[in-house]
Amino acid sequence: MLTFLARRLVQMVPLLVGITFLSFLIVGLAPGDFFSSLAMNPTIAPEAIEAMKREFGYGQPLVVRYLAWLSRAVRGDLGLSAAHRVGVATLIGQRVGNTLVLAVSAMLVTWLLAIPLGVLVAMRRGRPTDRLLSLLAFLGMSVPNFFLAFLLLRLALQTGWFPVGGTVSIDHDQLSLGGRLLDRLHHLALPTLVLATSGVAGLMRLMRGAILDLEKSDFVRTARAKGLPERTVLFRHVLRNALNPFVTLAGYELGTLLGGAALVENVMNLQGLGSLMLQAVLAADVYLVMGSVLMGSILLLLGNLLADLALTRVDPRIDFSSLEAVR
Amino acid sequence: MSAGRPGGEAGAVTAPPPLLEIRDLAVEFSTPRGTVRVLDGVSLELARGATLGLVGESGSGKSVTALSILRLLDDNARIVRGEIRVDGEDVASMSDERLRRMRGGRVAMIFQEPATSLNPVFTAGFQVAETIRLHRGVSRREAREQAVEMLRLVEIPDPERRADSYPHELSGGMKQRVMIAIALSCGPELLVADEPTTALDVTIQAQILALLRDLKQRLGMSLLLITHDLGVVANEADEVAIFYCGRVVERAATRELFARPAHPYTAALLASLPRLRRRAERLVAIPGVVPDLRRLPSGCRFRDRCVQARERCAVEDPSLRPAPGGTGLVACHFPLEATAGVA
Amino acid sequence: MIEPGGGLEGEFLATDAGVESGVRARRPWSAVASAAVLCTLYAAAAFAPWVAPFEPSAQHRDAPNAPPMRLHLAPPSRWATEGLLYVHPQKLVDSLRRQYEVDESARIPLHFGARGHLLAPSDPDARVFLFGSDALGRDILSRLVHGGRVSLSVGLVGVAISSVVGMTVGTIAGYVGGRTDAILMRLCEVMMALPAFYFLLALSAVIPPGLSPAQTFLLIVALMSFIRWAGFARVVRGIVAGVREREHVQAARALGASTPRILLRHVAPAALGYAIVASTLSIPGFILGESALSLLGLGIQEPSTSWGSMLSDAQNLTNLDRYPWLLAPGILIAVTTMAFNFLGDHLRDRLDPRAAGRL
Repeated sequence: MLTFLARRLVQMVPLLVGITFLSFLIVGLAPGDFFSSLAMNPTIAPEAIEAMKREFGYGQPLVVRYLAWLSRAVRGDLGLSAAHRVGVATLIGQRVGNTLVLAVSAMLVTWLLAIPLGVLVAMRRGRPTDRLLSLLAFLGMSVPNFFLAFLLLRLALQTGWFPVGGTVSIDHDQLSLGGRLLDRLHHLALPTLVLATSGVAGLMRLMRGAILDLEKSDFVRTARAKGLPERTVLFRHVLRNALNPFVTLAGYELGTLLGGAALVENVMNLQGLGSLMLQAVLAADVYLVMGSVLMGSILLLLGNLLADLALTRVDPRIDFSSLEAVR
Repeated sequence: MSAGRPGGEAGAVTAPPPLLEIRDLAVEFSTPRGTVRVLDGVSLELARGATLGLVGESGSGKSVTALSILRLLDDNARIVRGEIRVDGEDVASMSDERLRRMRGGRVAMIFQEPATSLNPVFTAGFQVAETIRLHRGVSRREAREQAVEMLRLVEIPDPERRADSYPHELSGGMKQRVMIAIALSCGPELLVADEPTTALDVTIQAQILALLRDLKQRLGMSLLLITHDLGVVANEADEVAIFYCGRVVERAATRELFARPAHPYTAALLASLPRLRRRAERLVAIPGVVPDLRRLPSGCRFRDRCVQARERCAVEDPSLRPAPGGTGLVACHFPLEATAGVA
Repeated sequence: MIEPGGGLEGEFLATDAGVESGVRARRPWSAVASAAVLCTLYAAAAFAPWVAPFEPSAQHRDAPNAPPMRLHLAPPSRWATEGLLYVHPQKLVDSLRRQYEVDESARIPLHFGARGHLLAPSDPDARVFLFGSDALGRDILSRLVHGGRVSLSVGLVGVAISSVVGMTVGTIAGYVGGRTDAILMRLCEVMMALPAFYFLLALSAVIPPGLSPAQTFLLIVALMSFIRWAGFARVVRGIVAGVREREHVQAARALGASTPRILLRHVAPAALGYAIVASTLSIPGFILGESALSLLGLGIQEPSTSWGSMLSDAQNLTNLDRYPWLLAPGILIAVTTMAFNFLGDHLRDRLDPRAAGRL
């Protein structure tokens, strides 16, 4: 397994280089000069700006500038953000945590709901419960994230049951440990709901399909021929096999979630990586864009890697060599 | 063991009741294009310790019959008529609880495709132990030990290690052995084997059949062997039942059937077997095709392909009756006499 | 999900794993209803100037954020003189809090075909807001209809481009094989590993502001296609490679059939089913992508309008609270997405070669 991990991590490198290079290319096309906007900021000394210009190869051809950035990036220096006046690495560090928390909680909710619901509708296939839930699932998958966010925000506004956006309350720091935890969870509720909705809907239908498909399998017939009660056949034999496609798809979800659910973060004012990236792009804050693209891509690829690892645990037929082919 | 011999006469020894008795079994499938009667009045008997072979072409109903015994048919199938008695008890009307206990307990079944019949995410040992724990209620450790013993019994080398292998790590022959181990783990009285060797290499086929023969003897089981291969049946079965279009058309002791087939279909089947001779001959095929079960000919189902069909065959559907000059049964108005057979 | 929801493409690829994804014998009513809904929406968008009662850019500073007006059915006695339908005019009573009062005594009749519109008052300046008005007093209904032109056509154009490009690349890769295949697939992998939304943002941010609306539109569509073609390519390549190895294709080659002929007669039909389904199912992705961009102010700019840009008004929490009718474009987006998903799902049940034979 270690060789597999090592190989995958190594494979990530050219991918990341390609992605960041593309980003650099694109952001470079934006009008406006990063350094002149820095110069307009009175709190930054002109000597510092000159130093930066040199370090990042100002005035040099594109490739040189990119390489300059790259060489500093691998050492952890991601440059400065013009808009925020802080180091890019610092900014990202602050925000990554929020994105991770959001992604993990959305994943948890998705799994905790999708699996039981999927089993339920499979067991009640064709009956009203199935039809209703499947229809709701369709709705859930079709409604755009940001729209759902709007609707929930409106709900929060009208009822006051939930905070309207934000990650923490104003008086968060004055709360006790337990209070702070509750505060965070309270703020996490609606965003998690938004992000989990399409996931639950899709995975529930997947689960249902997988179970119905597998029920016709030969090994299920064997299980029945052994005299196993239907419940055991379903929960032990069928379900274990249904997890295979489930883990694959859920894994991709994690990857994209980690990439940062930018829009939802923006609408609901969550201080995550996605909204940071968004603001950076809008302000053509070059190094911030680069830094967040890098971070986002790393998280995405790591998420996919985790999914693949989970797959090897779940399905004994898949070993590391066969995973190479899949990618 | 043929039906029809009267019992209960003073002084006569009554034959022990057969382990498996199927009487006039009819099964219907509901398909998108209507209901199809896949079995229409099948009757069989299997005595204790005997092997009965069910032979027929694909779709003749032999597998459906086998699956009916344990009620393993799909949801769209229904038993519309008849009885299936295992040791005197009717399966069709059995409670779910009793049925479950019978499955894997008194009656076990193995299937044609070992590759897909084993659950790919559990080890071989687990799948055998699962049955043992279910029927014998022993501890996990105890069940595993017994499972390893079963694997040893079915001649899997290095059973201790193999018990932890997953199905995809085993060869076809070994997978089938595991299936047999699962089936036999709780000492069933009847083993239903649905084309157990069809999907295997010829050399492995022989091994598996030998294994079955051996275990059957050792454990004192009865065997219901379904196959389309006359050669297998010739070697393994005490009695043979020939299926055609959802019916049994002939039933007799193996030797008798091969030497003196009574039904034209049986005779044609035997004649179509390729034989090694010094001079190459043309392969004999049965003219025509098996009729669509939804559009059966009137009278005898085989008459369109029968070399000796006469008027009566188009009018009256022959029932299973004693064959002339033998102890078997045949469903034909004009059963064959003597000669046309393979010794 | 990072992509603004809606795509069932992932599920489509899941059928590769042999998974049945929905009620097998889905009755066609949902597909028919979806098709009907889509036709209506597209027709309305196509004939926008006729369907919309007003100019989308006509502002009424004295009626900002007016609530939707209720349509009333006139009593039959007045049908001849005043027409079938009417609304009551609204008056702004509190300009700070934008509160309105309905004047039940007066009536503004609406006529079919007035001034060359489907349903409108005879006075082009009348304050008639069937779906309410926005902050500048513009009629939301008219803006919805005109905005639909952009939002709905984005899907069609985008899918056309990305599917053509994707299928071409995929066919070449699958048929030619070898190094070409390997290179093209690597390229696809990189494209698919991109954090797509970020890229879209970055690309959109560099659109020069001086372009005409049509040019901006095309550029945005082109950008989105650029991000999305890789998915098509991957699957088509798989299909083509599979078909290539089939006996009847090998036979055709052995008989000397030319490559174009083989492609046309054997390969194309196999990929066609997938192409239709995947295209249908990816249209929502484009619509949502454009909406997301416009929502953020990066897509369609004033004076053009799209459903997404209309939604940006709702981002303001006060607006969201007080003027919920601003969410109407979101509902239309959701309805459109759902309709395409239903339709695509139904098409998949019918057309996917892998699902066939599993009934």
